[in-house]
Amino acid sequence: MPYADPYLLPIAAVLTAIGLTEIYRLGPSDAFKQGLWVVIGVAVFAVVLLGLRRDYRLLENYKYLFGLGAIALLFMPLLPVIGQTVNGSRLWVHAGGLQFQPGELGKIALIVFLAAYLREKREVLAQGRLKDWGPLLVIWGGAMLVLFATGDLGSALLYYGIFLALLYAATARVAYVAVAVGLFVAGAAAVYKGTPHVRTRVTNWLHPWTADKVYCALTGTQTLRQDCGSYQEVQSLYSIGHGGFGGTGLGAGTFTTSSGHQIIPELNTDFIYSALAQELGLIGAAALLLLYMVFVLRGFRISLFAGDGFSKLLAAGLTFGFALQTFIIVGGILRVLPLTGITLPLVSYGGSSIVSSFIVVAGLMLISNRANADVEGVR
Amino acid sequence: MNRQLTRLAIVAVLLLVALVGATTYWQAWASGGLQARQDNAIQRVVQFTIQRGLIQTGPKAIFAANKKKKVGGQTLFFRRYPQHKLAAQTIGYSTASRSQAGLERSMNDYLTGSNTNLSNAFKRALDKFGGGTVKGNSLLLTLRPAAQRIAQQQLGSRCGAVVAMNTHTGAVYVMASTPSYDPNSISANYAKVLKIRGDCGAGHALLNRATSGLYTPGSTFKIITAAAALDTGAFTPTSTFEDPGYCTEYGKKVSNAGNPDQNGPESFGHVTLLQGFEHSINSVFCNVGMKIGAKTILDYAKRFGFYKTPPLETPSDERAPSGLYKYTKAGRVLDDPKDPSSVDPGRLAFGQTTMLATPLQMAMVAATVGNGGVVPKPYVVAKVVAPDGSTVRDTKPSNLGRAIKPQTATDLTAMMVAAVQGGTGTAAQIPGIQVAGKTGTAETGVNNVYTAWFVCFAPADNPQVAVAVVLEQQANGFGGVVAAPIAKLVLQSLLHG
Repeated sequence: MPYADPYLLPIAAVLTAIGLTEIYRLGPSDAFKQGLWVVIGVAVFAVVLLGLRRDYRLLENYKYLFGLGAIALLFMPLLPVIGQTVNGSRLWVHAGGLQFQPGELGKIALIVFLAAYLREKREVLAQGRLKDWGPLLVIWGGAMLVLFATGDLGSALLYYGIFLALLYAATARVAYVAVAVGLFVAGAAAVYKGTPHVRTRVTNWLHPWTADKVYCALTGTQTLRQDCGSYQEVQSLYSIGHGGFGGTGLGAGTFTTSSGHQIIPELNTDFIYSALAQELGLIGAAALLLLYMVFVLRGFRISLFAGDGFSKLLAAGLTFGFALQTFIIVGGILRVLPLTGITLPLVSYGGSSIVSSFIVVAGLMLISNRANADVEGVR
Repeated sequence: MNRQLTRLAIVAVLLLVALVGATTYWQAWASGGLQARQDNAIQRVVQFTIQRGLIQTGPKAIFAANKKKKVGGQTLFFRRYPQHKLAAQTIGYSTASRSQAGLERSMNDYLTGSNTNLSNAFKRALDKFGGGTVKGNSLLLTLRPAAQRIAQQQLGSRCGAVVAMNTHTGAVYVMASTPSYDPNSISANYAKVLKIRGDCGAGHALLNRATSGLYTPGSTFKIITAAAALDTGAFTPTSTFEDPGYCTEYGKKVSNAGNPDQNGPESFGHVTLLQGFEHSINSVFCNVGMKIGAKTILDYAKRFGFYKTPPLETPSDERAPSGLYKYTKAGRVLDDPKDPSSVDPGRLAFGQTTMLATPLQMAMVAATVGNGGVVPKPYVVAKVVAPDGSTVRDTKPSNLGRAIKPQTATDLTAMMVAAVQGGTGTAAQIPGIQVAGKTGTAETGVNNVYTAWFVCFAPADNPQVAVAVVLEQQANGFGGVVAAPIAKLVLQSLLHG
């Protein structure tokens, strides 16, 4: 890969290292497992690079396979024997001792499909003939359906965002985006009305603190909301607030009560950002976000320099997905939007997330290698 | 397609910039508010990593100390109150659930070392950076444990309060309030603390009666009426009055009979103002009040500090201003009438009507007379001492201005001495020391149940200590009989010990 972007891999490595360090600080046994997953992730990274080193664009030929694959992967956790419900969401598949979230790979498959399909149909789509929309809407609609069935709202938001971004990039029609956003708002309103799960999330987001006792669905008693439904969100904010400008210092943060219980559940996965923000402070948290920003800017640079539509859309989809995923989880923690549990790419504890993130890095490296080679006139 | 991609890139970066903005908000602007929230489980633990400063009156008399304990690799410090019930309401408490009261609450910033001051913040940051324990500053109080103990023992199971202070500096020596509670039992047994009862029934042990208990001052208020009468020049101690056993106000008789504070006959006949004060004759003061008017009396009360929350280091909501009060739907509120002529001047003159005062305020009144007419500013924290022994804050005694002329103070002193020598307050006499005092026995609305007062300072020729004692709901308990002996013992302890 002589022409691959020189920034991507170092940034990915630093983010992974930050994540591993914090996971080790929170629980050494998890860090060991995460270490194994990083090894697997790097192996997959190498396999992708080697396997597609000649021309990754052949993926374009298998776009419908990717589309169906995405649906199949997203559908897997709903299957009876291997599917598993964790924290109210059915996202996990376990086989033997191993468990993973197939949705993470489904995300990449969906991006590949969208990039390939939109590249091929972008002109006709821009004209707005219904016939051309068929496969797109079927695959995408299926994906959304499965996501709502699994109750994974964070991923639903992520996929919808990626879909919108790529649709706009391919067709340059703001009207589509407007219609899609309108549909989303309507859909969201319907979901809000119909699903108590979603209503709770929104209530917790808007009013995490109550002065009077309200009904607590977890215990069936009357308690303050901050002691019940929004406990996790509120304590996570306290963790961030405690960090202040300089943080408590790595290893000096407070995450357990005076009797030794962990205060914030899911601290090393969904909430790793609040752990980092407490120990590294505003300086460290901003630096972390800056790394994500550089990564995202490099990703879009690759997309701009890429020679063909498929490469452009693929790079943009992978990068935008990376940025949006960061925004959804960190924004959820910071009360910018309702909290939905997804992982912070490369930093959170979680095998499937690490592996899929490394695939994203591999994909961007392949595209940049080709694009930069073209620019320099090697090929 | 590049134009769309550029726009997408901008959107993506803006999303991440929004995250930096939101993080800044929570870590900079909102950080303080988050830390102050009661349900903050992190601060509940963090507070114990700080070695809170001690609260003490001397090297061995420690009122609040720490117990060290290792939990999960962290050294935590838990609060302990070695003096138990002694001065509990003034010291207050600081519990694991982060509820605080008293000096523990109002001086929290000093006690945790987070008082803002550049060198302090720097030291604290260094402590944190080096992984060391953050140590708070200690408070050195002006309280005298021996006198404090006597006051609380004397109050016993009765509901009441004792305040003693230096007449010149305002240093508070005794601040007792009963029933009291043990701050050690707050976190484990809060419900039990709420149920503590005194003789007056529902106990409110947590209430600092010395600073926020509001009582009808009764005849002790005659000090202020007399001060106004003398200071304005309207009367002298030798001004004469005819006491037929009542005074006539609004065409009706205000009778001496039923003034439990008065001693001697019901009708004294020909008396001076001094004698009226000595024997606490209501008709004399009723006439004084009608002559000088309610406005003058209230103006003088304000000069002594009424209508303002008296300054002290305890939390401001644990102190109450004295003055006329009215009852509204929202509860009891301070009433500063725009038209003082609507206030009954005759009854105000002997401290009835809707006048209410705190023991601290009445101690300030006595101290002012002893201090030649200047109101001393009360304080209970003498010094704030840093862990390295250096002084962080040193309280310089100051005053709240002059209330009355020096001559008025001298005349009042003579009248108060007379009250103790041959009048209503003889129970406060101390052999070898001249005590200047005034009794008070205020009606409570229930027959023969009174609020008993004694307000005094001593020695009269060289004032050192002022004391105010109040006892709630005393059945047939007169100020001169039940309150004066307590004041005497506290004075003795402070003047001899």
